[in-house]
Amino acid sequence: MSDHDHAKPPSDTALRVKALESLLLEKGLVEADTLDALIQLYEHNIGPKNGAKVVARAWSDPEYKARLLANGTPAIAALGFGGVQGEDMVVVENTPDVHNLLVCTLCSCYPWPVLGLPPVWYKAAPYRARAISEPRAVLKEFGVEISDDVEVRVWDSTAELRYMVLPRRPAGTEDLDEDELAALVSRDSMIGVALIEGA
Amino acid sequence: MNGIHDLGGMHGMGPVNPETDEPVFHEEWERRMFAVLMATFANGIYNVDEFRHTVEKMPAAEYLSTSYYEHWLHSLEKVMIEKGQFNQADLEAAWSSVSSAEEIA
Repeated sequence: MSDHDHAKPPSDTALRVKALESLLLEKGLVEADTLDALIQLYEHNIGPKNGAKVVARAWSDPEYKARLLANGTPAIAALGFGGVQGEDMVVVENTPDVHNLLVCTLCSCYPWPVLGLPPVWYKAAPYRARAISEPRAVLKEFGVEISDDVEVRVWDSTAELRYMVLPRRPAGTEDLDEDELAALVSRDSMIGVALIEGA
Repeated sequence: MNGIHDLGGMHGMGPVNPETDEPVFHEEWERRMFAVLMATFANGIYNVDEFRHTVEKMPAAEYLSTSYYEHWLHSLEKVMIEKGQFNQADLEAAWSSVSSAEEIA
């Protein structure tokens, strides 16, 4: 096979992925049913609606909120969310004095069980480079102005430890139930690049 | 390791450019890449440390000019060969096979 030492992969990435998938299937290293199930799970079942339920519960139940902030992983698991890329979770609370922002400078670590798969901008170089050195400027690009007397805390995620922001509860929502509250909570508010209207 | 992946604080990267109503996957091949890599995680033949190590060893220019799921592709091909799950010749045969199928189609 020495003639093949310098064989080049197909220039089309889609074909190269197709080749890898067919080889893994042929060798019995992955199974077609597992692939379908994984796509279904991460494209349709796991996403920021999970995190929004955690936030809504924390806003509604002070005892739950205390548990969530003290030890995130079991409190999140109590609502049925956990597993891959969320094995060790820390929840950081936005207050009138502190605004929290999440990043992963080294890679793209993100709390999958509560937020789903990360958006492209979170994984791309500009956000990873700048979120820690000029967070207020980055926030402005998302349309978020944080006043100078509010501290901005940036949390750099790792392969082992993932963060989620508990955003501030908007005013005038005292009569809403948990489902109605969850509907107010955006993905970006749980990363810290958005505020919830009225909060 | 002070590699290109250690992007925190680096200058010259430009604006963030968030996308409105972003889909979970932008291309079918990203969906397939996600699934095959996660399936190898799930059955224990590949792990997050192997993933990180191979991505962090990518040449700097290639790292910056390729996308997230292209990093996944690079890593999974490398790790499977390094661990002997298949060899370079198997991979090249698979490349030829998909390329000729594409020409016929």
